[in-house]
Amino acid sequence: MIRRQAVGAHYGLRDWLLQRLTAIVMAVYTLMLLGVALWHGGIDHALWTRLFGGGAFRLASFLFMVALAYHAWVGMRNIFMDYVKPVAVRLTLQSLTVAVLIAYLGWTIQILWGVHP
Amino acid sequence: MAGTEPRVARRRPVYLDLPRIRLPLPGIVSFLHRVSGALMFLFGIPLLLAGVGASLASPESYASLRDALAHPLAKLVLVGFVWAYVHHFFAGIRHLLLDLHVGVDLAPARRSTVVVAVLSVALTLIIGVRLW
Repeated sequence: MIRRQAVGAHYGLRDWLLQRLTAIVMAVYTLMLLGVALWHGGIDHALWTRLFGGGAFRLASFLFMVALAYHAWVGMRNIFMDYVKPVAVRLTLQSLTVAVLIAYLGWTIQILWGVHP
Repeated sequence: MAGTEPRVARRRPVYLDLPRIRLPLPGIVSFLHRVSGALMFLFGIPLLLAGVGASLASPESYASLRDALAHPLAKLVLVGFVWAYVHHFFAGIRHLLLDLHVGVDLAPARRSTVVVAVLSVALTLIIGVRLW
């Protein structure tokens, strides 16, 4: 007998691992940004746009947001699995979460690739 | 033999007198890890994107964002998100160390939650004072 249910999730070693990898990516980016701010003794608009205008930093920022989106998905999925028991409600919330996160990534691309220093 | 007996659903006692349950510090830190994460997903990400977008769009929008963030209420919200980020950061580092089998025993695992709680509040206070 097949006892698996449609819960909107799988039996997730991959998610467990990616939750950690994405955390490390975000932590490294955070420390790097902090380092840049401390190195320049603060940030003004000119430095800020120059920073985001650079290809490497733009890509790193995009990587941060992708990591954040995946990390948030796993975290919110865990919360829904623990507290939202009706399957229909849970799947709806999980679908909404995925949709919102993908929309955020679209917004991120608009912001990052709209910078012209 | 244990494996061959029919499984009987055991009636286990349930004790959920919420006002009398004392959640120990590791439980509080773990719960706050969740709360901070959910808050950042619900409000933090859209605010972050809106803020970064405004900061990059033009010198004028950068300046108006600065003005908006100078309001005491905005600063309070900002400090709240600083705490959420910092707490989530340190609680996450603790989890990564536990995954590497560092500090898994009961006593060190309890001590590390004290470190997480104190460090995140202290760093939030330092950043909060600098913001003000």
